Amino acid sequence: MSESLPQNANTPESYRILANIKDVLESSENGLDTVRQAFTDEFERANTAIKEHSASFDELKETRLAFLGDKGSFTLANKQMRELSKEHKAEVGKLMGQARGRLTKAIDARTHELEEERDARILVEEAVDVTAASPRRPLGGRHPLGILQERLTDTFVAMGWEVADGPEIESEWFNFDSLNFKPDHPARELQDTFFIEPAEAHLLLRTHTSPVQMRSLLTRELPVYVVCPGRVYRTDELDATHTPVFHQIEGLAVDKGLTMAHLKGTLNHMVKEMFGPEAKIRLRPNYFPFTEPSAELDLWHPGAKGGPQWIEWGGCGMVHPNVLRAAGIDPEVYSGFAFGMGIERTLMFRNDVPDMHDIIEGDIRFSQQFGMEI
Amino acid sequence: MRIPLSWLREYAPVPADATAEDVMETLVTVGFEEEAVHRPTDELSGPIVVGQVLSMEPETHSNGKTVNWCQVRVVPEGQPQTLTGKGIEESGVQGIICGAHNFKVGDKVVVTLPGAVLPGGFAITARKTYGHKSAGMIASVRELGIGDDHNGILVLSDIGLDPEIGTDAMELLGLYDQAAEVNVTPDRGYAFSIRGIAREYCHATHTEFEDFVLDLAERAPAANNSGLPVEISDEAPIHGNVGCTRFVARQVSGVNSAAPTPTWMSSRLRLAGVRSISLPVDISNYVMLETGQPLHFYDADKLDGGIVVRRARTGEKLTTLDDKTRELNTEDLLICDQSGPIGLAGVMGGATTETSSDTTTIIIEAARFDEVSIARTSRRHKLSSDASKRFERGVDFKLQAAAAQRAVDLLVELAGATVEEGVTDFNNTVENEPIELPTGYTSARVGVEYSEAQIVDALTEIGAEVVSSGENFKVTAPSWRPDIADKEDLTEEIARLVGYDKIPSTLPVAPPGRGYTDEQVARRRVLDALAVAGMTEVQAYPFVAQTANNLWATPEAGQKLESIKLANPIAETQAWLRRSLMPGLVEVLKRNLSRGFKNLAIFESGHVFIPGSQTGSTHIPGLGAKPGDDVLADLNAGIPFQPRYVAGLFAGNEHAEMPGTTARAYDWRDALDAVQLIADATGAEISVVQGTHQAFHPGRTAELRNSEGETLGFAGELHPKLLKDNDLPERTCAFEVDFTRMLNDKSDRVEAYGIFGYPATNQDVALIVDATVPAAEISAALAEGAGDLLEDIRVFDDYRGVGIEEGKKSVAFALRFRADDRTLTAEEASASREAAIAVAAERFGAVLRG
Repeated sequence: MSESLPQNANTPESYRILANIKDVLESSENGLDTVRQAFTDEFERANTAIKEHSASFDELKETRLAFLGDKGSFTLANKQMRELSKEHKAEVGKLMGQARGRLTKAIDARTHELEEERDARILVEEAVDVTAASPRRPLGGRHPLGILQERLTDTFVAMGWEVADGPEIESEWFNFDSLNFKPDHPARELQDTFFIEPAEAHLLLRTHTSPVQMRSLLTRELPVYVVCPGRVYRTDELDATHTPVFHQIEGLAVDKGLTMAHLKGTLNHMVKEMFGPEAKIRLRPNYFPFTEPSAELDLWHPGAKGGPQWIEWGGCGMVHPNVLRAAGIDPEVYSGFAFGMGIERTLMFRNDVPDMHDIIEGDIRFSQQFGMEI
Repeated sequence: MRIPLSWLREYAPVPADATAEDVMETLVTVGFEEEAVHRPTDELSGPIVVGQVLSMEPETHSNGKTVNWCQVRVVPEGQPQTLTGKGIEESGVQGIICGAHNFKVGDKVVVTLPGAVLPGGFAITARKTYGHKSAGMIASVRELGIGDDHNGILVLSDIGLDPEIGTDAMELLGLYDQAAEVNVTPDRGYAFSIRGIAREYCHATHTEFEDFVLDLAERAPAANNSGLPVEISDEAPIHGNVGCTRFVARQVSGVNSAAPTPTWMSSRLRLAGVRSISLPVDISNYVMLETGQPLHFYDADKLDGGIVVRRARTGEKLTTLDDKTRELNTEDLLICDQSGPIGLAGVMGGATTETSSDTTTIIIEAARFDEVSIARTSRRHKLSSDASKRFERGVDFKLQAAAAQRAVDLLVELAGATVEEGVTDFNNTVENEPIELPTGYTSARVGVEYSEAQIVDALTEIGAEVVSSGENFKVTAPSWRPDIADKEDLTEEIARLVGYDKIPSTLPVAPPGRGYTDEQVARRRVLDALAVAGMTEVQAYPFVAQTANNLWATPEAGQKLESIKLANPIAETQAWLRRSLMPGLVEVLKRNLSRGFKNLAIFESGHVFIPGSQTGSTHIPGLGAKPGDDVLADLNAGIPFQPRYVAGLFAGNEHAEMPGTTARAYDWRDALDAVQLIADATGAEISVVQGTHQAFHPGRTAELRNSEGETLGFAGELHPKLLKDNDLPERTCAFEVDFTRMLNDKSDRVEAYGIFGYPATNQDVALIVDATVPAAEISAALAEGAGDLLEDIRVFDDYRGVGIEEGKKSVAFALRFRADDRTLTAEEASASREAAIAVAAERFGAVLRG
């Protein structure tokens, strides 16, 4: 028996036996039984230590070293193997193999348990207050004027109409003369026009989207069914309901046999799409140089703030024959209707926007409240 | 047009209990727009009665003010006071303190008794003042809301009234009347009159209109030789139309011009929005409002000989009634006598022949002037009068003699005038030509089957003469409807009178459409993408200062930057049209900053305006005919280039500090990312090079280019000095791209390549190069050298400092290799990597970092 072994009064019997396996075998008849029992006892002792006294990876490591480390009982027993007699060697080798196998298994099982405990604990530790988070990507939003224009054009595209665009700086002819505005007629004065320098250039900021009608008639094959949304300009001062820069959407259909009934049908379809099945339109006589007959367009707005009501919405009528003639179209063969309305005004009553300033000032709260409204 | 109801009732069957709102609602159905209601009783309520001043005792008080303590009888002597209420004396005599002094004992005045309410919510009560109980007020016109005169209280004898004491003064002054105000469209000049409105009211209520003008016309005497000589001498008619086609002149004498205007007339004028001035002026205004014919009254004693109507001569001047001396244009039509110009025809009279309170003989002018001539003069002199407004819309050419007769009648009745025999009627007017209306035309246009009777009735109702001739109606428009010129105009009248509500609703079937254009699809995608990515869309006005254009816009290579200017801007400082969206965005950014927002990502999409080689066109083709192709081409060539730009600004943090995360400030990469997002959303290919732009940080600016190498725009950090000067947050970043140009490169049909599942091999390369070599160029060199096996290359590090020679940098790239047909071996990938390095080494002297 080696002097260096840590043995004292508390040293278990089984440890002593395995640490001195050669002596035990040689000093006793039934030494082998004793050794066998010691293997069993020492494994039980180890197993208990693993299961009950190894609460952490560190403790488990200590336990493992206590049995399998340099001074562990099994290690010490193993070191004596080559000194044993042949018959003892085989028997003890078997015992040793079994014991170490079982021990490794127990340690692995315990390791696995500890890992699972650790993983579960980490998940608990990693918990965060998800309610404390605000978005890292800020809130954005389209301007509702654009969304509304798209909504309107979608309705028409679904009916087979197309969407036409035109320039905002226009020639006087496209904006006025081609649309049957006489040069000195008061109707021109009503459209407070921004003119471009020099006066001889006869350029202006279009006062309505109607020049796009003329451009469409000049460039497209008949029949023509187009809507033209866009920005228009008038020299109004900004106030709660006016702005010098605003948007219109205009519709134009030129075909054989079109009547005011078709105008009404188109508008009724459009308002039902936009304002629900209860919506409808009403026409009242009015005057526009480019339509004859002309009408003011009222909308029955079922969802209006303050209850369903009629709202003045826009103008419309049958395309004036002079407009068709200006595009080289024979008014005796073709007829057409046109209509137009302000987008800002539509937005104001559709979404209860109280003041024009909100629409034009660019305060981010305005667009953000609409977000990506569908 | 403001329509006093009492006036309208004279000529149309307006129910006695109808309100102004009711009348407007009726008129709306025939094509007028509601404007406003004018109703004195909305602000004024009685008891307001006629009183007589029995006594007045002046008392001077400690504040230095002298007031009159008056006893005013408000019930005729011997009759009981029937009114009751706090402060109303049973005796019928009210004690009233009055601060005015322009009246005397015995005067009849208007007394507002306790319980009355005056405009502005001023309630009359009996109250202690200046040591007396003052129970009521002696009113001025101003306090009653019927005039501006505050020279003291209204003495009824001054306006020609001597009513019984106790008379309801509101009734006396016409204050129970009310007016409806409607908007009259520019084609319907005749509706600027009670006559025209009454006719339309009858149309709306399907009642018959009796035209009172017919009777006046009948009573008007024929022209004779003793009338005022009138010569029409138009040497320069506009569009061939002589400036004056009719000139009626009548004369009355013995006029008492100082006579008061009766209250029925002044109250109607007031409700119609016209101030009462003097009896003759009031009469001329009254007749104009009633008939639609503007009149002019001359003081015959101030006229020097006969009248000549002619165009102005170069250098002529005229002082008009508004005391302005006007330099005349040779296109201005003038009324002249021997002394020279005495009136701007149809617009405003001259000061020299004006009537005054001592005028006794009056020449009445009732003329018809050419619409265009009047319109041009009115605009030229920025002088829009009640007369010019009517003339430029076209006045009934059969109305002149009748209107003059009406004026004569009123001058006789109210001003004691004597009718002079002389009558002038220069008449060159031409009857309207009949219009042919094919019988089925209106039904085909409107979509309603109109019967012949409906058509004839409607047209007859509006005053037209209709002759049916089988296939056509021959329709002669009435003399007051210059707007009715062709069959479409007749169609509107028929549809309007039968009712637009009779038109059915039929959805037309459009031919199959092509949907949105590529540009329209791309635009929507880009705006959606930017918004979803956290940016907020705004829309700014395109009016900017020229300096802003010069700062933000960049001219094409070799060109000077030019901008387009407005002739009549809202503000002279913002007279230019934008060439960049940035000036507007910067203003919006500032506004948001001033409202307490620190973290902002905003963008705008809109047009900018770039002058082309040709500005406009001298062509203005006429109405109703297609211009020649060359003219159209010239018109289009003159339209400035107006591409769509998209621009954005980033200031502050993308997100603030929050639990578990530090704040992230926006930086130049955000601007560049936004541009990439725009390109990605449209499938356009862009390339990035180090850029230079006066508004951007010289070292942190990316120039974006398309595949042709053309500049698309810029992205990066704004110049620190610009930010400081404009009080903008440090490190504010921006981008702006020419979306129209970018779309030239949009992806067309994609030719898909097959997706192969062989594994990829990843290898990194770190190269040491001169610090000035852009990473993008090294990357391109590596890609070129690596060949087909390279699937992806990305910069993942840029290191300068310890271990790297001064003036050099180490740039590291991650390369991913893959083959379509096999698993790559490490050797193949390495060979490709070596080839890549070789090209970079050859091109930039790049050395592999050990």
